[in-house]
Parts: sequence; structure tokens; C-alpha cells
Amino acid sequence: MSIAARTTAVGLGGEGAAPSVPHELSELAQKRIIVGYGFWIFLLSDIVMFSAFFATYAVLVDETAGGPSGRELFHLDIVAFETAFLLLSSFACGVASIGARAHRDAMYYGAMAVTALLGAGFLFLEIREFVGMIAIGAGPQRSAFLSAFFTLVGCHGLHVTLGLMWLLTMMAQVFAKGYRPDILRRVLCFALFWHTLDIIWVAIFTVVYLMGVAV
Amino acid sequence: MSDTDAGLHLHDASDHAPGDEPATGHEIAEGLLGYIVGLFLAALITAVAFFISGTSLVWGPSIPLALVVLAIAQMGVHLVFFIHITTGPDNTNNVLALAFGVLIVFLILVGSLWIMYNLNQSMTPMHMQMG
Repeated sequence: MSIAARTTAVGLGGEGAAPSVPHELSELAQKRIIVGYGFWIFLLSDIVMFSAFFATYAVLVDETAGGPSGRELFHLDIVAFETAFLLLSSFACGVASIGARAHRDAMYYGAMAVTALLGAGFLFLEIREFVGMIAIGAGPQRSAFLSAFFTLVGCHGLHVTLGLMWLLTMMAQVFAKGYRPDILRRVLCFALFWHTLDIIWVAIFTVVYLMGVAV
Repeated sequence: MSDTDAGLHLHDASDHAPGDEPATGHEIAEGLLGYIVGLFLAALITAVAFFISGTSLVWGPSIPLALVVLAIAQMGVHLVFFIHITTGPDNTNNVLALAFGVLIVFLILVGSLWIMYNLNQSMTPMHMQMG
């Protein structure tokens, strides 16, 4: 990537730079901080949305309408695998963001591929669980408990699905455009998104699965 | 300035984007170490949570509270080691935004549960029959 292209990319959004720091990299860091901060605000609003789903679930968890409860439906061994997949993919995503910032191809593409595979493995287990529950008549229309369950866990699964698409896009963009500052900002936002999904999963496996089976 | 240098020195300014780490000069090794420590701590807390949920060694009624405490601890580990939210002076904006988010989450969760518990107490037919 040439310096000319780099400078152009910076010039597109340099409104945050103070005139006292004409240095190209200071301007670049400003933009990266602003973008990261803005995306952090979005992620917090996403967490607030999830908290409403969690509140709904906690209120409705005992309203099984004579249908199956979590204790009968949940398999903690599957949940343990899902948790391990997502935690390891969060770690791999961290390795990928180090690789991206250091411009190391093997580290970036390798770790992103591992992240994608683990995320896909998580999604496979979750879809299999959903299909199995619907097959025995425990679909979202069976009871208020199951409606809340499918809304909360399904919404997280939807986020993981979108995250996987974003992940593949970021691999393709770095491949096509190189480690340009604007591309690196997108990698930063993607990494924040992926780590946040794992934080929400911590709340889900605790509140939904572990408390559903233990309590 | 080479490409590699440009990639590694994004932290000349005094603020940090969430997800970025402090610049030290040994980014790859130190960055990896942070993620490994985070992975180890998170895996440890997860294992304890799964163990506690299925054991009879712990007093039963204390299990939900223990699980909530472990979950909050693990979220803290993720925030510090994966998202790199710290209490440093260069992280004030990120922490303030997080604090506001936590406040809203707390209000939604506690408010909903509190209101719905009270409604259940005073409105379920079974309760009225018993009363």
C-alpha cells in the first residue's frame, strides 16, 4: 500500500484533527479513536437491547403453560461446547487483530479463519438445538417461556450469523485493499463486535442454561 | 516510515479506542500475553460456573447468586483482557460510556423484575385464593 493511498484515506475524514498536530499519524490515531468510540457506543446500545430480552426472559421463565421447562430441554454438555467454541473464537479474534495491526498476513488470515470456523461450529450446535426443540413440539409458540427463550438466544444467534458475514467481508477487504487505515478501523470494529457477542453469551449461558438447570 | 511502523504506532495521541492496547514497542508478544491471560481466566471462571451448577457440594439456594457473581466476574475479564477497557486516564470516555450502559441495563433488569414480582404477588388468582 502506497503512502499516497494512505494519505487519501486519512484525508477523507480528518475533521477531528487539531491544526497543532499536522503529523499524518496523529491524525490517523484520532480517527481510529473516534471510530472505535462511536462503535463502542453502538455496542453498549446493543447490550441495552439485550438487557430488555433478558428481563423478559427472567419474568417469563416459569410460565411454561404446562409445557416443558428448561430443566427438561437443556443439555449442558452441548452448552459447554458452544461456550468453549465462542470463547476460543473470541481469543482467535484477538490474535487476528494483533496480526492486522502488525500487518502479518499469516497471523491475520489464520486467526480470522479459526475465528470463523469456531463461530460456525457454535452456530451449528445452536441451530441443531433449536431444530431438536421444535421437532419435539417445544417451539417458540408452545409457551411464554419458550417464546422468550427463542427471542433471547435466537437474537444472539442472529448476531453471530451477521458477525460471521462481517468476518468474511473483513478477510476479503484486507485481501483486496491491504492493511489500509480505513480497513484497519473496520477490523477494530469487527473485533469489538465479536468480543461483545461473547460477553452476551456469558450472560446467556449463566442466566438461561446454568440457572435453568440448577435452580 | 514503513508499513509495519505505521501499523504499530497508532497510539501517539493520549486517548485509546476501545479494543486497542497501550503502545509499548513489543506489541505482538505483549498483546498475545494479554489475550492468553484473559483466555485462561475466562476458561477458569466458566469451568467453575459449570461445576457449581451441577454440584451438591454447595448449599443449593446460594447457587444462583454464585452464578451471577461468576458471570459478572467473567464479563469483567472479557472487558479488561479482550476489549481492553481499563481505568487509566486515557480510557475515561470508554469507561464513562460503559458506566452509563451498565446503569441502563441495571434499571431495565431490576426495574422489570421488581415490578413484575409485585404484580405477581398481588394479582395471581392462586395468591388471592390462599389469602
